[in-house]
Amino acid sequence: MGFERQADFGTPEVKSDELVTLTIDGREVTVPAGTSVMRAAAEIGGSIPKLCATDNMKSFGSCRLCLVEIEGARGTPASCTTPVMPGMNVKTQTPRLEKLRRGVMELYISDHPLDCLTCSANNDCELQDQAAAVGLRDVRYGYEGENHLGLGTDVSNPYFDFDPSKCIVCSRCVRACDEVQGTFALTIDGRGFASMVSAGQDGDNFLSSECVSCGACVQACPTATLQEKSVKAIGKPERAVVTTCAYCGVGCAFRAEMRGEQLVRMVPWKDGKANRGHSCVKGRFAYGYANHKDRVLNPMIRESIDEPWREVSWDEAIAYTVNKLREIKARHGVGSLGGVTSSRCTNEETFLVQKLVRAGFGNNNVDTCARVCHSPTGYGLSTTFGTSAGTQDFDTIMDADVVLVIGANPTDAHPVFGSRMKRRLRQGAKLIVIDPRRIDLVRSPHIQAAHHLALQPGTNVAVLTSLAHVIVTEGLVNEAFVRERCEWDAFEDWARFVSEERHSPEFLEAVTRVPAQTVREAARLYATGGNGAIYYGLGVTEHSQGSSAVIAIANLAMATGNIGRPGVGVNPLRGQNNVQGSCDMGSFPHELSGYRHISDDATRQLFEKDWGVTLDKEPGLRINNMLDAAIDGTFKALYVQGEDIMQSDPNTQHVAAGLEAMELVIMHDLFLNETANYAHVFLPGSTFLEKNGTFTNAERRVQPVRKVMEPAPGYEDWEVTQLLANALGLDWNYTHPSEILDEIARLTPSFAGISWDRLDREGSLQWPVNDKFPDGSPVMHVEEFVRGKGHFAITEYIPTDERSGPRFPLLLTTGRILSQYNVGAQTRRTDNVVWHDGDVLEMHPADAENRGLKTGDWVKLASRTGETTLRLEVTDRVAPGVVYTTFHHPGTQANVVTTDYSDWATNCPEYKVTAVQVMPSNGPTEWQKEQAELTERSRRIAGAAEMEPAE
Amino acid sequence: MSSATLSRLRFSANQIAQNLAAMNPDKAVLATADHINKFWDPRMKARIFEDIQGEEGRSALSPVALAAIEYLAGGAEPKSQTRATEFNSVNEIGHSDAG
Repeated sequence: MGFERQADFGTPEVKSDELVTLTIDGREVTVPAGTSVMRAAAEIGGSIPKLCATDNMKSFGSCRLCLVEIEGARGTPASCTTPVMPGMNVKTQTPRLEKLRRGVMELYISDHPLDCLTCSANNDCELQDQAAAVGLRDVRYGYEGENHLGLGTDVSNPYFDFDPSKCIVCSRCVRACDEVQGTFALTIDGRGFASMVSAGQDGDNFLSSECVSCGACVQACPTATLQEKSVKAIGKPERAVVTTCAYCGVGCAFRAEMRGEQLVRMVPWKDGKANRGHSCVKGRFAYGYANHKDRVLNPMIRESIDEPWREVSWDEAIAYTVNKLREIKARHGVGSLGGVTSSRCTNEETFLVQKLVRAGFGNNNVDTCARVCHSPTGYGLSTTFGTSAGTQDFDTIMDADVVLVIGANPTDAHPVFGSRMKRRLRQGAKLIVIDPRRIDLVRSPHIQAAHHLALQPGTNVAVLTSLAHVIVTEGLVNEAFVRERCEWDAFEDWARFVSEERHSPEFLEAVTRVPAQTVREAARLYATGGNGAIYYGLGVTEHSQGSSAVIAIANLAMATGNIGRPGVGVNPLRGQNNVQGSCDMGSFPHELSGYRHISDDATRQLFEKDWGVTLDKEPGLRINNMLDAAIDGTFKALYVQGEDIMQSDPNTQHVAAGLEAMELVIMHDLFLNETANYAHVFLPGSTFLEKNGTFTNAERRVQPVRKVMEPAPGYEDWEVTQLLANALGLDWNYTHPSEILDEIARLTPSFAGISWDRLDREGSLQWPVNDKFPDGSPVMHVEEFVRGKGHFAITEYIPTDERSGPRFPLLLTTGRILSQYNVGAQTRRTDNVVWHDGDVLEMHPADAENRGLKTGDWVKLASRTGETTLRLEVTDRVAPGVVYTTFHHPGTQANVVTTDYSDWATNCPEYKVTAVQVMPSNGPTEWQKEQAELTERSRRIAGAAEMEPAE
Repeated sequence: MSSATLSRLRFSANQIAQNLAAMNPDKAVLATADHINKFWDPRMKARIFEDIQGEEGRSALSPVALAAIEYLAGGAEPKSQTRATEFNSVNEIGHSDAG
């Protein structure tokens, strides 16, 4: 693809069964009723001049450039606001229209700097294009009158500038912020000639305003008023490559707009089915880590973690690693080796890492970071629905009438989907939020949750069962659905169980701290409010009863019949970009790709035949078990691709002890992360811009990742795994990830119809793609559950063993914020740090006052496991007795305080409940000091000029 | 094996048993055995089998967990007791336990 803007039809697509035929410039066109004349013209290749219209927001009718003549109609109506009518005869180009348009354009240009040749938007400017389109030759008014040309530029945002001297006040930015993003940060201030785009209140600039830097305004701007700083610095792109974002599980499609091998900007791709042309601050702007000075570009090895790193050739690094692996295997046995796949890497890379472990290491000790996020989703939804993938595509939210958000914070963690959700809520859908913290969705511009159930952390199952109690005892069950679609006996058992008085909201109020009446009203709304859609996140899964809570959610959906059609469903919001994919690819120690247990003989034989090896039939170790086994001396070598378990996994000191006990830790990553402090081999990784492959998002949507520049270290990540495999004696000959995808399709029934060529052609496919579903499966369980009848399972509330008490009276829960991602390895190395440069502890004013603490104080956060220090923010977002922080910064190491408690079924850590105490602090803890020293010592590189750490 | 690892294995077995018993008391022992069989690595199984040879290990387990471990230690291979341990067969799609 060369560089050209995506087609803009001026007004949004209209869906209607009624079709209307009209004539435009002598050509007949048939479009859905409700379509604008402007869009109808565009659909037959016409181009009516326009400035204020663009097809991802409602028509506005302010620029007066898109005037047309309609036979029999008076005047010259704006084509953007005029709907088509049967038999309409439209003229878009007449002398009268040309004159009118030129007159309008003259007025615009009379107050616009004529610096096109030196403007950074030169040749990429809609105003310039439209001036040419209307044939502007002169501005009769001159340029000396009152104007805005002297206004200064707001450069406060790190990624884009706002130059009001070039603004034509078309309101596209304001409308994009309102309609697309839903933040309402921008407005038109003043009237008439004084009208100006303004961010926030008087005195605000873009950075200090509520702007979340999603980039929608920049994308909408038809001039150089709002423009990426990178375009100013680098110049206009000369080609665009469509690829998939490497941040969260939404899976936004972007055009990587390039100039040579330099990335100029990432622009959301309008045809991306997950994001529909929208973006967030991370995907849109936070890609600078790819060229950050901290990136390690050469392989490195060392005998001991006390030594400095030694840069070596790829050959030497691979030979060293494989010799060590062989030697450890000979000394400690086949079970002493293992690997961790990454949900940030592609399907193909993940598939190869688990293949390396199973076929090369000779065991099943492979796990993935889904262990620590959504593994209970797998268990819970499998138990009830028979399959655990999200039931819907993202588009389906637009058909929801009641949205139930549990333990998720979509506006921060899944922001592009959060914007879709907010759009639907503004249209009138009702919202129920179940979260200990008052997340933004509870109350934000034009959004107000009908009910916020601010529960005590750790009581999800109690709250969900009490919701079920209300639904059953008040006769709100959709019995017809349950009888047709579910196992009736199991339903009856469950209904009896939840009906017991001990599950009533009144009885449980003392435990959950949610007023009983609120629970009752929320239950009634979800059960009777029309299409009810549940979206949930790690606030559900990361508990001792994570799997039980997921089961309880599925029970609610089945009992109310909210499954199997658009607008309903149970939808886990995945944390990382390829969580779904890494699980699909056989990253768990007990199963091969396609969710087939390793003990199944026929499945093993399929892989054994294809791979030419014998596979072990016993499940391998989970990550936490690998660390235990390392401490016990039976697990000695670990290959970690693209994860930082030292920072992301719970009870950091336990992770450190496990890693320290290993003889060989192979870290394959972009940066010397915290895990690399304990590594003996460092293999430099490639960014998503430097490789081909596929990611699978939370909708089961498989999308291509396309290479736009050569990998800086010389190899794509899948090639590095192949080097290791071949040095171990496996005969792999992949020349492109498409060949790995072919192997996945060959061996994995749900991927049978997926190929690189097809994805290249069609953009994306939602698995399963096979003979039965040749074009994929947007909504699951339509006529029946994938495995027959839905199953109600009983969920007894069993309190976690992590209890608050006199020494640790507060409950800590952890989460994420918008500008940072996971362990921050990427986002901390971008200008996103202007929004968040350190983890902050949120505490209720009452708790802060009791301790004599105020916002900005350094505090010590201590649990039974460990302690750290960080800054305090006093806020009533959290309830009394609850504190909250993020885990984005290694200096804080929030996980040093989290515990070893985990979900009973899957070992997903209980990040969301830790009993803590908070007190004033005058400096870092001993642990923080030790870690800082270790980091400094561990990042030395021999021969580096000043022997300084690599970051 | 460190005492910490052993105590985690015991805790985990009890936790699995307690939750599965709440779901279906009649199948609790078999479901616990099935779960441990499907998800535990051989060295973890071997360690807990060894642990129940002694009184301390036996008394550290709940009756359901102990019965499940004894069942597995006897060499039995339980069939799937819950849908969560029913996996796709070789050519099947549908089931998934994506994290």
